[in-house]
Amino acid sequence: MLSIRQNTGHSLPDWRNLGVLLRVLLGANLLALGAALIQAPRLSLWLEAFVENAAWLEPLLFLNLGILAASRDLLQRCAPRFAQTLAIALAGGTAALLWDALRFLGLDGGTSPHRAALLAAIGAGLLLLYFELRAQALAPRVEEARLQALNARIRPHFLFNALNTVTALIRHQPRQAETALEELAELFRALLQDPRELVPLSREIALGRQYLDLEKLRLGERLQVSWNVEQVPMDPLVPPLMLQPLLENAVHHGIEPCTGPGEIRIQVSMADGTLNLRISNPLPPTTSAREERGNHMALGNIRQRLALYYDMEARLEHGIRDGLYLVSIELPCRHPQPLKP
Amino acid sequence: MSTPATPEALSLLIVDDEPLARSRLRTLLEDIAPDCPTRVQGEADNGHKALAWLQTADEWPQVVLADIHMPGMDGLELAAHLGRCPCPPAVIFTTAYDNHAVQAFELNAVDYLLKPVRAQRLQAALEKTKLRLPAPDVEQLAQLGRQVRGNGRTHLPCHERGRLLLVPVEEVIYFKADLKYVTARTLAREYVLDETLTHLEEEYPEQFLRLHRSVLVTRSALAGFERAQDEEDAYGWALLKELPEKLPVSRRQWAIARELACG
Repeated sequence: MLSIRQNTGHSLPDWRNLGVLLRVLLGANLLALGAALIQAPRLSLWLEAFVENAAWLEPLLFLNLGILAASRDLLQRCAPRFAQTLAIALAGGTAALLWDALRFLGLDGGTSPHRAALLAAIGAGLLLLYFELRAQALAPRVEEARLQALNARIRPHFLFNALNTVTALIRHQPRQAETALEELAELFRALLQDPRELVPLSREIALGRQYLDLEKLRLGERLQVSWNVEQVPMDPLVPPLMLQPLLENAVHHGIEPCTGPGEIRIQVSMADGTLNLRISNPLPPTTSAREERGNHMALGNIRQRLALYYDMEARLEHGIRDGLYLVSIELPCRHPQPLKP
Repeated sequence: MSTPATPEALSLLIVDDEPLARSRLRTLLEDIAPDCPTRVQGEADNGHKALAWLQTADEWPQVVLADIHMPGMDGLELAAHLGRCPCPPAVIFTTAYDNHAVQAFELNAVDYLLKPVRAQRLQAALEKTKLRLPAPDVEQLAQLGRQVRGNGRTHLPCHERGRLLLVPVEEVIYFKADLKYVTARTLAREYVLDETLTHLEEEYPEQFLRLHRSVLVTRSALAGFERAQDEEDAYGWALLKELPEKLPVSRRQWAIARELACG
């Protein structure tokens, strides 16, 4: 069971999450069970001791969880260590108060308020430690999930248009239909592959060509493509599916909205161990607010992925230059690692 | 025209920007011809060209098959313009994938076909047009278009001596409301439109700016402002870059207009 959503990026868990609440209840009761085992003079009295503990523990737990849930947002704003200290102090403080209240009601727990406070604080500390360790264990999975999600972003519109094109070809140009289906298969194979592994640049370029071939079938003369990739070595490793979404963007925003032909230019060059990728497309006649958002979303995705792979080392820039829309990416170049002896 | 008892070929116009998508529709129409005879009268690769084709056609087709996403003028705008003509053809939309459009169509009972189009679906849609159900009204189509494409129509219709003229919105410098009409001014001439300023203002909130109860101006056409000598006709005047005329600005819009235009 993936529980990425319980992790809020803060070392304190989300106190309004059902999973977190259940874990706290279970954890605290297990601790109480353990404590009862130590307390009970004989094994047969173990459960009795636990029930006695529980009478004191359960109201305390619910009180604490209630307060924590109510003040979740406030706690999230504090520094993590400070918030943890607050939570522990809260447990201790409420335990002492509750002990007082219970004694007032004539239910003497048989322990001192200091001991109650200390026990509660230790219990809270142990639970917080558990949550922190758990968050750390989940962190790589969170990143991975994000990568996966970001990767799977080919426009469904493209898939259905491509299928429509193929159905149109099948009867009269079966050979072309075959090629188109093969290309579509390659594209989806690339989409479904493990997104964490870097791939050789040559593969990215091949994929880009296949994608544009498919679009060319559909758009005909309207889509003109010029590649300028001869000057660059083909073996450096790059993140997968970096080029294709950019080309898709270029087609969607630069070619589809225009009635006349337009050219997409792709230029890849290398200098001083930095790989530079530039893609330009004509400007659409008018851009609606929604398209603008779509475009920014796609670019935002790629930027996030670059940050995940390269942290600060990669750069993505976009803008209008000389009447063309230009996206430029700079990556530190990674050659395939030679096998270690 | 009465409904014929014997099956008579439905006349069609196919509008799609992709040649292969048009050819696919033609193939399908041939396939279903034994049950549902049709005759393709013409083809066009966007809404604008479809309207131009219709203007010169001797006889209008009974059905238009129109793609939703096309450059120049999309299918929804085409349908909205057709809706204002006398005896408009039935419109069936086609689309590959579009959540916005499909949801909107379901809500508004508009006929659409998903690509890749299937023969049975096409036939069913064509049969349905023979029932002559009321078409969705023009206002509704304009609304849908705005929802789907995220901005207003690219052209405004102007009916002049029985002909439909299309005024490209990007060429309009200002709209002015007189007692009865709204006129659109381009660099070349003036057109009388069947619109209201309020609708136009809603449709193009980013492009046009309200200067006065009776004036909307293209923001980029504004050159400057000047205060009026006497405030009888207007509080001030807006100057245009490409036309010598001045447009009245009301007291209410004065500050807003100046801020938006200069800021």
